[in-house]
Amino acid sequence: MTEQKTIYEKSSPGRRAVRFPKPEVPLTALPNEFLRKDLVLPEVDELEAVRHFTNLSQLNHGVDTGFYPLGSCTMKYNPRINEETARLSGFAKSHPLQPSETVQGNLKLMYLLQKYLAEISGFSQVTLQPAAGAHGELTGVMIIRKYLYKKGETQRNKILIPDSAHGTNPATSAMNNFKVVEIKSDARGNIDLEALRAECDDTLAGLMLTNPNTLGMFEENVQEVCKIVHDAGGLVYGDGANMNALLGIAKPAEFGIDILHYNLHKTFSTPHGGGGPGSGPVGVVDFLVDYLPGPLVEIVEEDEEGNPFYDLVTPKHSIGRMKAFHGQFGMMVRAYTYILMHGAKGLREVSEMAVLNANYLMHKLKDTYKIPYERTCMHEFVIEGRWEDAPDIHALDISKRMMDFGIHPPTTYFPLIVKEALMVEPTETENLETLDYFVEVMLKIAKEAHEEPEILHAAPLTTPIRRMDEVKAAKDLVLCCVWPEDAIRAE
Amino acid sequence: MNFPTDLKYTTKDEWIRVEGNTATIGISDFAQDALSDIVFVEYAVSEGDDVGKGDTLGTIESVKAASDVYFPVGGKIVAVNEDLLDAPELVNTDPYGEAWMIKIELGDPAEVESMLDAAAYEADTKGRE
Amino acid sequence: MFHPHTDTDREKMLAAIGAKSLEELFEIVPEDIRFPDLDLPKTHSEMEAYNALYGLHTKNVPGIRMPNFLGAGAYRHYVPAAVDAILRRGEFFTAYTPYQPEISQGTLQAIFEYQSHVINLTGMDASNASHYDGATAAAEAVNMAYGISRKKKKKAIISPALHPHYRETIDTYFKPADFDIGGEDLDPWSNPDTLIDSIDEDTACVVVQYPDFFGRVFDYTALGKAAHEAGSLLVMVVNPMALGMLKAPSEFDADIVCGEGQPFGIGLSYGGPYLGMLATKKKHVRSLAGRIVGETEDLVERKRGYVLTLSAREQHIRRERASSNICSNQGLMALAATIYLTMVGKEGLREVAELCYQNAHYAASQIAGLDNFELVTDQTFFNEFVVKCPKPAEEINKALLEKGIIGGYEIGKDFDGMENHLMFAVTELNPKEDIDALVSALKEVA
Repeated sequence: MTEQKTIYEKSSPGRRAVRFPKPEVPLTALPNEFLRKDLVLPEVDELEAVRHFTNLSQLNHGVDTGFYPLGSCTMKYNPRINEETARLSGFAKSHPLQPSETVQGNLKLMYLLQKYLAEISGFSQVTLQPAAGAHGELTGVMIIRKYLYKKGETQRNKILIPDSAHGTNPATSAMNNFKVVEIKSDARGNIDLEALRAECDDTLAGLMLTNPNTLGMFEENVQEVCKIVHDAGGLVYGDGANMNALLGIAKPAEFGIDILHYNLHKTFSTPHGGGGPGSGPVGVVDFLVDYLPGPLVEIVEEDEEGNPFYDLVTPKHSIGRMKAFHGQFGMMVRAYTYILMHGAKGLREVSEMAVLNANYLMHKLKDTYKIPYERTCMHEFVIEGRWEDAPDIHALDISKRMMDFGIHPPTTYFPLIVKEALMVEPTETENLETLDYFVEVMLKIAKEAHEEPEILHAAPLTTPIRRMDEVKAAKDLVLCCVWPEDAIRAE
Repeated sequence: MNFPTDLKYTTKDEWIRVEGNTATIGISDFAQDALSDIVFVEYAVSEGDDVGKGDTLGTIESVKAASDVYFPVGGKIVAVNEDLLDAPELVNTDPYGEAWMIKIELGDPAEVESMLDAAAYEADTKGRE
Repeated sequence: MFHPHTDTDREKMLAAIGAKSLEELFEIVPEDIRFPDLDLPKTHSEMEAYNALYGLHTKNVPGIRMPNFLGAGAYRHYVPAAVDAILRRGEFFTAYTPYQPEISQGTLQAIFEYQSHVINLTGMDASNASHYDGATAAAEAVNMAYGISRKKKKKAIISPALHPHYRETIDTYFKPADFDIGGEDLDPWSNPDTLIDSIDEDTACVVVQYPDFFGRVFDYTALGKAAHEAGSLLVMVVNPMALGMLKAPSEFDADIVCGEGQPFGIGLSYGGPYLGMLATKKKHVRSLAGRIVGETEDLVERKRGYVLTLSAREQHIRRERASSNICSNQGLMALAATIYLTMVGKEGLREVAELCYQNAHYAASQIAGLDNFELVTDQTFFNEFVVKCPKPAEEINKALLEKGIIGGYEIGKDFDGMENHLMFAVTELNPKEDIDALVSALKEVA
């Protein structure tokens, strides 16, 4: 690859792409005291702009270009129909503050999506407002806090988090001013019940539980775990990052989970977009419905013919607003479309096939790569990227080498409790040929690791750019194409 | 790995060198190695501050990790090594020398006694590997 | 449905696993709760799903088809065709966070260019890769200021003329913390310099909006100076479109700039997904929440490229010591803004901003000329202004809707005693014809 110029480097004074008409109205004087003197932005023609971004896109790996088994991220196919429905003008062009009578279609869609998501997990109500999984988590833990405080149990200041949890869990708890206590896993990768019981006292606010956990395994004692927490007066928060294993398989509310966030961008096929937008609805059991962030969509009245009128309603003890408007509505349209296209039967098949694919890969790899906990996995599994007889090889080397075969690496070095962890989540949308190709590549890399380790250390060899100097990036901080002061000086 | 015997250590990887009533504080060779390439040093305190044992001294960041540094002893800060702000890599190259972080006038010299000697600290790091 | 296996595939795979049936893989799930019935709609084919969604979309009165004067934090602007054409490239929208720079240079460079545009517009030194939306970015900005004070300063003064939804969001974020959100009781119509009296040594930051919620443009120089003298920070919430013609926040010595990037090529989409912008001065870069992309070189050929950097600030490393739990950005929306700013460029952005300004001022002067309508906004404004109507705003809006016009925002919903006030937003998509239609409709309905 030749070095890509930035759009600023392609800029040439006076060049234009899109132009706008002259004002048709009588002109008003501009407010001189507030006018900016100069603005540094690119000046390019339209073809140059389109070519620039097209060329950039070609440097990316996406689900559309190749296998993307990034554990815990559920990189499934993003159906194109979603992109069409979300762009229907009634949805795409409506303003968030339009009167409710002009957006009954939006409100009905939100109402039904709330209902469907609640049904899938066994909850009483769902808020669609949170913008992403971590934002949903923040919402959920705020609900725990407000609920306990309302009951007068302000001494409950402790959240328990398994050692296998996502980093967002402790960060979220800390944002809520809760003390974080880590609970270790037992020899089978479950929450250690004794360690859990030891922390269940009257300062317990709740437990944050990921099930299946980040090892990809179903928590064997999940009902017992929830009961222990409930008996101590705490609530159980479910991290729904791994819901792709549970659709039609089990409802989290029936394990004993009180609050759960969904990731529409994982389980319900909305695109990951190079890092977002996500969407992180939160479901709750009945005694927490009044605490959800507002507004929710409800049927507020029906006309003589029984036609419902939908409107936005803020729950009685709401924790408040989590963002400016109603949530990532465009993502809701996509998720709703996805649920319609599957129905109950189809969603169960999604999870069945996700679990089948993961177990198939695990079985094909287990003689070559160490599996830390040998159990049936759910939708993902963890292997160790290390061998005693190849001491210089690390998980990172394996990951980097995979790129040379057109495969996006699995989640690397997570969960933290497994040494040299590689977390593989194939998803249900990959066919058998792709899975077999992945196995073939992984076996080849294992062979190279023992016979030609230098290839792995040098990898990737065929990507647009090689391993990057991350130390330089962090030390010499360059965060902008042209620093504004330099640009102005140059003129 | 280097564990100079004239220093005292903590299990959180700070070292201390006592000269008269003044102590110099830094992080150990073991700690810099575990962090790998250090890119940033930040102090939570300034010269003249009174600090207690266990207070946060500052933060050291590498590309992949961030580690808080704590005061192994209390007292009054008499010097802060600002060279590290511009050259954080000194922590990697000379953790016991140029990369000293803070000099402190000891509040309670007895606090030094409870710290680990080189052999005990080395044993502690072995247990963590 | 999108899972590809045939029955033969399934059998082959189950045999490889050594399982007799699919059900066997789920034996670990407690039997009494395994395989619940789900009460969901039947499985739709693609065609049926499209038709169902099409039916729902027609139940909306699309704001695009009729004159629409709603703003209040979400604005109708023309989106050049190339923006969506590029967003639809699967290489962009089916990728995730660029954890692996070798195969994510497209996303990384686009974010780097996004950061550059934000830096150039705001006059700050560093921008993150974006945040959820303007309101959450504002909450994160206050959290940054709190962190920068080492959590020693325990309050923020929030301008009463900040978007009420933003204030509510900030309130929600800080309820769990021992931190006070002030400024609520102040008069929203007063000059922002009156906030100076509320600043004290315990103030982590002062938050103002530019233009403010009511569309007004104020000089925040004195306020910024007063904040800095007390050791606190000036946080400015901006409408970035206004920055196409107005002074950069750096000229008021703002410390943190945040705002809603939706006007840059992002559709209204009933409130989201939008784009939270967050930028700051160089000295606070390590307090910046969220992902940041930096320039570097590859280790082999020393070729320029980009990586996520300063990640030691973030939750996956610092866990409970991280200042924020955010682990994503609004990647695709940041890309939309990046493409938009490239397409309109330096001259185009000023053209759009000035069109908004001219159309809004024409509308304001025409409405002010009507009997019994009073223009409440009597200072500089950008593309929004407040009018006092002779009747409750709700009645006016209902009557306008019957005439096929979506009226302004009823600010009485958020501010006491303003039941007769309407706030109109006017952009390049409200041409003279629409404005004249609004003015004559107002004349009739009053």
